[in-house]
Amino acid sequence: MYTRAYKSAVTVPPLLWVTAFLLVPYALLFCYSFWSVSAQQTIVHNWNLQNYVQLIRNPTYLSVLFRSLRIAAAVTLLAVLLGYPLAYFLSFHAAGRKDLLYQLVIIPLWASYLVRGYAWKTILGSDGVLNGLLQYLHITRHPVEFFLYSPFAVVLTLTHIYTPFTFLPIYASLEHIPRNLVEASHDLGASPWSTFRRVILPLSLPGVLAGATFAFVLTLGDFLAPLLVGGASGIMISNIVVSLFGAAYNWPLGAAISLCMLLLVMGLLFATERLERKLTLS
Amino acid sequence: MTSTRAENAAASVRTDSLLSIREVVKRFGSRPVLRNISLEVASGEFLTILGESGSGKTTLLRLIAGFEQLDGGEIWIGRDRLDQIPPHRRPVNTVFQSYALFPHLSVFDNIAYGLRAKNIAKAEIPNRVAQALAMVKMSEFSKSPPARLSGGQQQRIALARALVNRPGVLLLDEPLSALDANLRRQMQTELKALQREVGITFIFVTHDQEEAMALSDRIALLRSGFLEQVAEPRQIYGQPASAYVAQFIGQTNLLRADVKDQVARAGPLIWRTAEISRQVVFSLRPECIRLVARGAMPRAADDSTARFRARILNQAFGGAMDTLELDCGTRQTVRARIASPGPLSGEHEFEFRAGDAIAVREESSA
Amino acid sequence: MSNSSSSSRAPLLTLYATFVYAFLYFPIVVLVIYSFNGSGVGGFPPTGWTLDWYRQLFQDGPLWDAVLNSAIVAVVAVGISLALGLPAALALDRAQFPGKVLFRRIVLLPLILPGIITGLSLLMLFVAIGMKLSLVTITLGHGTALISVATTEIFAGLQKLDRAQEEASLDLGANHWKTFWSITLPNLRVSIIAAALLIFTLSLDEIAVSFFLIGRDNTLPLEIWSRLRRGITPEINAISTLILAFSIATILIWYRLRTRTASAEEAGAQLLASTLEGEHS
Repeated sequence: MYTRAYKSAVTVPPLLWVTAFLLVPYALLFCYSFWSVSAQQTIVHNWNLQNYVQLIRNPTYLSVLFRSLRIAAAVTLLAVLLGYPLAYFLSFHAAGRKDLLYQLVIIPLWASYLVRGYAWKTILGSDGVLNGLLQYLHITRHPVEFFLYSPFAVVLTLTHIYTPFTFLPIYASLEHIPRNLVEASHDLGASPWSTFRRVILPLSLPGVLAGATFAFVLTLGDFLAPLLVGGASGIMISNIVVSLFGAAYNWPLGAAISLCMLLLVMGLLFATERLERKLTLS
Repeated sequence: MTSTRAENAAASVRTDSLLSIREVVKRFGSRPVLRNISLEVASGEFLTILGESGSGKTTLLRLIAGFEQLDGGEIWIGRDRLDQIPPHRRPVNTVFQSYALFPHLSVFDNIAYGLRAKNIAKAEIPNRVAQALAMVKMSEFSKSPPARLSGGQQQRIALARALVNRPGVLLLDEPLSALDANLRRQMQTELKALQREVGITFIFVTHDQEEAMALSDRIALLRSGFLEQVAEPRQIYGQPASAYVAQFIGQTNLLRADVKDQVARAGPLIWRTAEISRQVVFSLRPECIRLVARGAMPRAADDSTARFRARILNQAFGGAMDTLELDCGTRQTVRARIASPGPLSGEHEFEFRAGDAIAVREESSA
Repeated sequence: MSNSSSSSRAPLLTLYATFVYAFLYFPIVVLVIYSFNGSGVGGFPPTGWTLDWYRQLFQDGPLWDAVLNSAIVAVVAVGISLALGLPAALALDRAQFPGKVLFRRIVLLPLILPGIITGLSLLMLFVAIGMKLSLVTITLGHGTALISVATTEIFAGLQKLDRAQEEASLDLGANHWKTFWSITLPNLRVSIIAAALLIFTLSLDEIAVSFFLIGRDNTLPLEIWSRLRRGITPEINAISTLILAFSIATILIWYRLRTRTASAEEAGAQLLASTLEGEHS
């Protein structure tokens, strides 16, 4: 029914744009990662693996990378632990108010990242609201330092940001579970907990997987939260990249790290997809 | 008398045909959907393409409309090659199963849509739309949004929208299947009358054989991509070409008989036949079986009737006719339809005319 | 397909859910309250109600320049994303071509890729072609990154579109172009508006990609960011509150639009889950 002209008309423009503004840039990223920067601060196209070697050998980079992975894992875990029960509550126990409650979740989701990060900054500081509250209630006498400018602050902030992200796909997959499956399970004698464990949880796993992947990937690549609330001890791998593109001026090395991140993300997506397909088929 | 595929093809050729479907082949991926379909459609006729789901009937319709491309064969309309014309330029219009009315346009604009697309003179449009609405008896709904109409009303508008363009051929894709039984019967009558009045060739697709028989000048029965039989309703009912046709159209009993010396034998059923082959399958319609009144004279000398005894297994009341399931000692039960016999039980005698047992081809030749 | 769920009691779960909501809204509420706080940003409890910070805000010229910049960038980004997302969605819905799956993944990639990668790679492109960094480069970055949002929203709308309507239009004699304008586009109106709203909001808030493509002129988030380097001020609370109010209003409108034709969970999850859906195109 659709002519060749039609199909070409709809395929070519986005293809061209995407090639120019996504593929070519990624290709450049790829190329840069194999070049180096000379002493005169110019880019030398000398095609080598030095950057990657440096990555693996440099203990600072490695430790920051591991910290980033730990933070990403922590955020993912917390976001799922917060998001899942919330989704479950909305899906199975909210009845009339479902719509309203759902809107209440997506509002923080799309509200500005910067605004939320800033909010935590004002709350966690030594003159911040949290310390003020604790002192007011005479729980502490001096401001607690580690609230701000620590990995703790980064995890807290990013959990706050990404909990709605994990909520969405989990909620969607829970909503897709036909209620008569739950009724059948009860009819056959399974307790609510047993029903959850054997029917609901397995069927909601694709949603959990999707949400967890998002949270993990986006946290790993985040550089804003560490700059806002992370301080020196909260630096993550992307901050290193930012400085390599800024003051430290080593674009090739920065590109190499970015490329690794890109590959990691795509690898994760691929693995998750496979896993999700297995889960939904079984 | 069995007919072969070639005879079928010959029967479907008309010299004054408007639409000529020649050796049409269609595949979806590697799966064949239509296999060398040839069919001639006469000008002004009401042709029904009948078949189960998966038979390819809708695909054939869509090929004529232009929403699918042929994998082989040709379709001609008059002297023009239809399948090479893009869908929006074909002199053919479709009434869709889901009606496909444009929800953002009023009824008037829906009907005017095709006229505007062809740049018909602005002054003429209101007249033609009014005519079309009057034809389907929906004149007062000109300004309504389609969403406010009932299913039956939407169906009429879909019809008007197509007819207003005065197409050479009107294609109808199961247009009545979404309506309830009473409305359906009413629309069938109206549709038939409309077609006679307008004189346009209608190609109607359905899986409902009763509908097909009520409406059509001819029926083309499709099965798994093959044309089983193309004939007028009475012929297709009375002389089914194969066991499949006999069973699909109306109800029938399929009797596997041994034939010797011009006598066919299927269990206790024995009758005269002109068939020569040793093993023949016969189609015997349930309404051809009559109940022999108790105490009636035996008809031994009359060779054209066959009598048999059978035990009544089940009697289903059906208003005008009852359906009886009979056990005559063979493995299969025989069905008979008798006009209001009152409650029956036990063993009775039944009879049928030998000529009512029609020999049919068992398998359709692949 | 969600059937109506019974609302059985579950006190612990309800408590937990309340806690999660409190966690989600706590910083936002604090931020808003302290934008009216007499003694500024920190400390507890808030003293004296004042509108001073807002007054200060409205006299802050450079900030409003940044707002204007952001608005212009957002509008143009909407234009770019829709202009490319619409054909992309049509292509995904209707065309079969080699590499279609790859095409789909690449178009949707910026949705899940951390902004730093998109931003950096675009930076390299602009440097390579010798384009100076400015609002133009930011706009191109936003437009590119947000095509995925447009594609996903419009694709969802296309799925709901009754294909038979387009066939009917062709059948009645309108060619593909006319069919697109008269039938396809009007039916996609809701999706397109929803996409525009979402893209506009996301562009206004966008900071990760913009971070690398910034020239002389700041967008609003970048302006705020640079002020943060100098220290926290309650004026930032004030502008943040205004930003929040605007985002909330836009998101609620978007939600109303989307749930007119789709169910709630489809509306939101569509965006996120589509990148992970693999062969579901």
